[in-house]
Amino acid sequence: MKAGAPEALIVKGKRLDGRGLEEFRPMEAEVGVIPQSQGSARFSFGETKALVGVQGPRPMHPKGLQEPTRTILRCYYFMAPFATSERGRPGRSRRSTEISKVIGEALSNVIFLEDYPKTALDVFMEIMQANASTRCAALTAASMALADAGIPMRDLISSISVGKADGKIIVDVAGAEDNFGDVDMAVATVGGGDAFVLLQMDGVITLDEFRTMLELARNGCATVYGRQKEALMKRYSIEEVSEL
Amino acid sequence: MEKKSELLVKERQLVAPGDAVARGLDYLPGAGCYRKNTDIKSKLLGLVRLKDRVVGVVPLSGVYVPKPGDGIIATVSDMQSTFWILDINSPYDALLQLGEATAEYIDIAKTDISIYFDIGDVVYAKVLSVSRSKNVTLTMNDYRAKKLIGGRIMKVTPSKVPRIIGKEGSMIELIKNYTGCHIVVGQNGVVWLKGSNEALAAKTVLMIEREAHIRGLTDRVTAMLKAEGTPGPVEARAEEGGV
Repeated sequence: MKAGAPEALIVKGKRLDGRGLEEFRPMEAEVGVIPQSQGSARFSFGETKALVGVQGPRPMHPKGLQEPTRTILRCYYFMAPFATSERGRPGRSRRSTEISKVIGEALSNVIFLEDYPKTALDVFMEIMQANASTRCAALTAASMALADAGIPMRDLISSISVGKADGKIIVDVAGAEDNFGDVDMAVATVGGGDAFVLLQMDGVITLDEFRTMLELARNGCATVYGRQKEALMKRYSIEEVSEL
Repeated sequence: MEKKSELLVKERQLVAPGDAVARGLDYLPGAGCYRKNTDIKSKLLGLVRLKDRVVGVVPLSGVYVPKPGDGIIATVSDMQSTFWILDINSPYDALLQLGEATAEYIDIAKTDISIYFDIGDVVYAKVLSVSRSKNVTLTMNDYRAKKLIGGRIMKVTPSKVPRIIGKEGSMIELIKNYTGCHIVVGQNGVVWLKGSNEALAAKTVLMIEREAHIRGLTDRVTAMLKAEGTPGPVEARAEEGGV
């Protein structure tokens, strides 16, 4: 085990932060948080907070990169320098480039790219605070922001991480479990479980464990999906009528 | 066994992308919807609209995508010897050719076409054609088409334009009556205002945009205009935008 690791990650069926094995951190979801962007959303799993703004579809420049039949989806994942306990270098890194790529590939499965030929669609994801599962929070918020921007999509994407720590399978990996656990697996589904569009894993597990984790992830995504829908419906609730 | 087609939502219900709106092949997916197996699902966050067997979803946000016949307000952004390029509040620019701009004969060797439209001018024009790759051409060959001189322009969500115009222009008529403003609304979400009480007209338009999806809109608009505007018919009667 690595230096600085706690003695045990799971004690009497409870995790370090007091959660049960299959318990989520408290989730928060809100849509329309950045009025200047066409669509925006924030989503958090406990201390992991993602903020997403969508710009577009807008004209693609330089024109040579335009696609005559579809829009070009450009995703930018960044982590704020203050998001972690040690200051991070601002701007893109190898890690953020990779995450931007996999999130873009996940989103391109649900967006009707062919509805807006010759344009570009920009998704800016910023991690305001990081405590594991940042790509899950970013992707979940991104799909809400796209819906808020009025972008045609097949369905929303929901994402959750599952993992293994101290030989036990856990849902919504956080903190020390991410650093010292055995396995961390990020999963994203379409429509709360219809199809998988993201799956990244490190660590070693058996096939049976993998199947269990995937099923847990699918159920977890369904929960996240419910929260996303709730937030989108709240955006246009009847309450905000002008006082007259 | 034959399955029965059924509608899963009510008219004007709020739906999110992926929500099933109808089941069965008797219904057809309209704008904002797609078919998945036998279900019809929403593509957008918006309100359900039902027309006979066609189920559609009207978005609550999003950009303007031009379609032929739309009456729009455009700003001239560039000019060549025989055509103008206009900004139509959309990801796509539009082209207005000289022949579509005026009926008279113009000798381009001798004429500087900026005497017709110059860069920065605002016009009400009609979309003539939109190609598959979204090349847009405009025409001024329409009884409503004209240059809009003076006034101010504001932008609203294009999908909310029908609310601003109202049933047979009732909402826009209401605003005109109480504010004495000329108002022209383009299908592309650009609103042109000119008159004495532009501020109130602008405020009203923004309120309609904000509350377009909530029932009882006309009553709230009337209440606001009665409280702040000067009632009664005004001599100002501007042409209204496309309905």
